[in-house]
Amino acid sequence: MKVMAQMSMVMNLDKCIGCHTCSVTCKQAWTNRTGMEYVWFNNVETRPGQGYPRTYEDQERWQGGWTLNRRGRLQLKAGSRAKNLLTIFASPKMPSMDQYYEPWTYDYENLTSAPLQEHTPVARPLSLITGEPTKVRWSANWDDDLGGAPELTKDDPVLAKVSADVKLEFEKTFMFYLPRICEHCLNPSCAASCPSGAIYKRSEDGIVLVDQDRCRGWRKCVTGCPYKKVYFNHRTGKAEKCTFCFPRIEVGIPTVCSETCVGRLRYIGLVLYDADRVLAAASEPDETKLLAAQRSVFLDPFDAEVIREAERSGIPRDWIDAAQRSPIWKLISTYEVALPLHPEYRTMPMVWYIPPLSPVVDVVRDTGEDAEERGNLFAAIEALRIPVEYLAGLFTAGDTAPVTAVLRKLAAMRSYMRDLSMGRESDASIPASVGMDEGTMREMYRLLAIAKYDERYVIPTAHEEQAHGLEELATECSLDYEGGPGMNEWGPFGEGSGGTTPIAVENFHMLQQRQTTDTVADPATRKARVNLLNWDGKGAPEGMFPPRPDEARPHEPEGPSGETQPLPAGGSEPGPTGSGTEPR
Amino acid sequence: MSTKDLLLWVVVPYVCLAVFVLGHVWRYRYDKFGWTTRSSQLYESRLLRWASPLFHFGILFVFLGHVMGLGIPESWTSAVGISETAYHVMAVGIGGIAGVCTLVGMVLLIYRRRTVGPVFSATTKMDKLMYAWLAAVVLLGLWNTAAGSALKLGGEYDYRLGVSVWFRGIFYGHLHPELMAHAPIGFQLHGLLAFGLFALWPFTRLVHVFSAPVWYLWRPYVVYRSRSPRLGAEPPRRGWERVERPRSGARR
Repeated sequence: MKVMAQMSMVMNLDKCIGCHTCSVTCKQAWTNRTGMEYVWFNNVETRPGQGYPRTYEDQERWQGGWTLNRRGRLQLKAGSRAKNLLTIFASPKMPSMDQYYEPWTYDYENLTSAPLQEHTPVARPLSLITGEPTKVRWSANWDDDLGGAPELTKDDPVLAKVSADVKLEFEKTFMFYLPRICEHCLNPSCAASCPSGAIYKRSEDGIVLVDQDRCRGWRKCVTGCPYKKVYFNHRTGKAEKCTFCFPRIEVGIPTVCSETCVGRLRYIGLVLYDADRVLAAASEPDETKLLAAQRSVFLDPFDAEVIREAERSGIPRDWIDAAQRSPIWKLISTYEVALPLHPEYRTMPMVWYIPPLSPVVDVVRDTGEDAEERGNLFAAIEALRIPVEYLAGLFTAGDTAPVTAVLRKLAAMRSYMRDLSMGRESDASIPASVGMDEGTMREMYRLLAIAKYDERYVIPTAHEEQAHGLEELATECSLDYEGGPGMNEWGPFGEGSGGTTPIAVENFHMLQQRQTTDTVADPATRKARVNLLNWDGKGAPEGMFPPRPDEARPHEPEGPSGETQPLPAGGSEPGPTGSGTEPR
Repeated sequence: MSTKDLLLWVVVPYVCLAVFVLGHVWRYRYDKFGWTTRSSQLYESRLLRWASPLFHFGILFVFLGHVMGLGIPESWTSAVGISETAYHVMAVGIGGIAGVCTLVGMVLLIYRRRTVGPVFSATTKMDKLMYAWLAAVVLLGLWNTAAGSALKLGGEYDYRLGVSVWFRGIFYGHLHPELMAHAPIGFQLHGLLAFGLFALWPFTRLVHVFSAPVWYLWRPYVVYRSRSPRLGAEPPRRGWERVERPRSGARR
C-alpha cells in the first residue's frame, strides 16, 4: 500500500444556475493574457450540447485518454509511445481554432474617431489572431442554454450514444449545466503523453501542473487529455492548464472558481488513495465497472492501518485529519452520491459530480403531481429514461444503475426533509428505502444544503517546514535553484537580464553579507536592489532615495574596493568612516 | 595559404562553433521559458500536416547523411569493402530523396508561413532570417549533390577527400584550410553558410532540436514531483535513515 493524498473537488449540479461566474473569475485570475484568449481553465457547458472545445467527448475522433490494447494493458488511445514520437512534427489529432473559436475584440476606437455620418458608428469585431475584421461565428459558450438547438445539440457525442427515440424527445425534456475544470486525474493521460516530461503530478496533493521551463510545445498533451483541458498558449508556444489554484490551496483557501461560486455548489477536500492500485483499477476491462474500481482505490481515512501507512508515506498528521473531515470523502464514499465525469476515459478523474435531480423534479411538477413526494419522484426516475441514460453517458460509462441510485437518494432526501421542515413526524422508512439511516441522511442534507465555508472547503495548508519552497511558487526548494546558494549574480547584460533570483536566495546572501562585512550594509553595492529587509538602519544606502536635483551625486564610492561611505539620515554630509560598524 | 583562407576556413568555423556552444549554454540558462518549438499548428494544420513531417523527416535523413559523409573517413568505408562508386550512388540516391523531401517541405512551410495570416503575424524577424538562411544552406547542399555528384558539372569533386577532411580537422586540430580553398564554390558557400547557421542556431527556434524527447520511450508514463524532499517520499540518504525496528525480509 502506498498512500497518497489527492486534492479533489465535487460539484453539486443541482445547484448550478449556469451564471458563469466561475469561468469569468478564473479567466481574470489566470488566462487574461495574449495567447490565452481562447483558453478557459474553467468553463460551464449546457447539456445537452457540444461542450468546449466542440465535441471534445468524441474520443474516436480526438483520441484522448487511455484504452486497453490487445493484451489488455493500458495504453494511450492516441497510440504507443513510438507512434507518439513519430507524429511529433504535426500532431494529428489536435483541435484547431474551429473547434475552439477565433478570439476577438471590438474596434471600439471607431466609436469615437468615426467621422460625422448619418448612421451611428459601430464597433466591428476584430480577430485577435489576425487583427483583421472578422465575423463572430462561435465562442466558448455559443450553445449556452440550448442556444442553436436542435441543430447544435444533435452533435453532442454523449447524446449520440443514447438511443434514437430518446434523441428526438431530448430537447423537450431537460437541460442542465456542467461546470468543468481540469480533473487532476490519478492516472493523467496528458502527463503520459508529454514527450518532454514537463507535465507532472505533485506527490503531496496530486495537483497536475505543467513545468513551463520544460515544456517544449510538442502539443501531445492537448491530444492526450480527453477532457481537452490542456491548452496551447499560441503566443508562448507552451501548454497551460488549470492549476487547481495551487498557490491558494497551499495556504488553505479554495480555488478561485470555488470561492466565487454563487451557488456554493463546489466542495474541496482531500482523498487518500492507494497509488499501487491505480494502474490495476484503470485497467478494468469492463467500462461500467470503472466507477467501482476507482472507488476501490480510495482509502478510508479512519482506518487505523491506512493512517499508519499514510504516516509512513510522510503524509503529515493534520493532512490525515483533513482527509477525515473531507467533504469529498463523504460525498464519494460515505453517501455515494458523487460520480466521476467519463470514467471510461480511464484517467481516474478527481473532480466528481452529484448528478442533477431537478430536471426530474421539474417534469413531475409540470404534470401537476406532488414533486416532493417520494413515490412520485422514484417513479419518475424509473420512467424518465432519457435524463438517466444521458447522465449515465456522462458519469458511469452508460450504466444507469449508479445514476438511478444517486437520484433516488437525492429524491429520498427531498421528501424526508420536507416532512421535517413542515413540522411533521419524520418517516424513517424513506432513508431506509435508499439504504441510509436517518442520521446519515440528515448529515448528507446538511452537507448538501447548508454546509458553511469551512465545511465545504477543508483544505489543509502546505507545511511551514516547506515554506521556503512555496515562496517562489516553485515546486521545489528555492535554494535548489540553478546555481544553488551561490546564485547571486546578474546575467551578462546587467541587472534584470537572465533569470530572476529567488527572493529567498537574495535574502540569504544579503543577510550573509551583512553579518560578515565590516562596513555598513549598503545593498546598492551588492549588485542588487536596495533591499530594506536587510538594511541595518545605519546610514542611507546609495539608491535608497533618488538624487536631489541640486546635487548631482552626493558621494562616490571610495577606491576600487567599492565600499561606500554611508550617508547619515540627514544626507548632507558623509558620516565618519565605519561608524557603528563593528565586525560581527 | 592566404590570410583570407585562414580567416574563412579556420577562424570563422571556430568563432561560429564557439557561439554555437556558448550561445546554447546561455540560452538554456537564461531562457528556458523561450526554449520551445513555437508551433503554429493551432492556426493552420492542413498544410502543416504534410509539410512539417516531410521537412523534418527529410532533414533528419540529411543530417544522418552528413554524419556519414563528413564524419566517416573514406578509408574506413573502403576498408569494409564499399567502393567509392557504390558509396556515391547510395549517397546521391538517399541524400537526393531526403534533400528533395526537405526542400518540398520547406517550400510548403515557407509558403504557409507567408500566406496564412495568423502564422505570418506570429513570425518573428529572427524566424525570417533563419528561414532564409536555412533555405540557402539546403539549396546549396542540394545543388552540390545534383551538380557535383550526379550531373558532374565542372568536373568531379570527391568531397570526402576535401571538405570532410577539413571538417573533421576542425574538431581535432588538424587544420586544412587549403582543402577548402580548392573546393568548388558551391561547397565553399555551403560550408560557410552552414557554419553561419550554427552561429545563428542558439538564438532561433532551432534550439528545439536539442529537446528531441527520445527518452520519452523509456520514462514512466506519469511523472511525480515533490515540492520538497520529504521523509518517505524517497529513500533517505545513507546514514540519515529514521530509527526503525529491524524487520525481517527486504527493506521497503
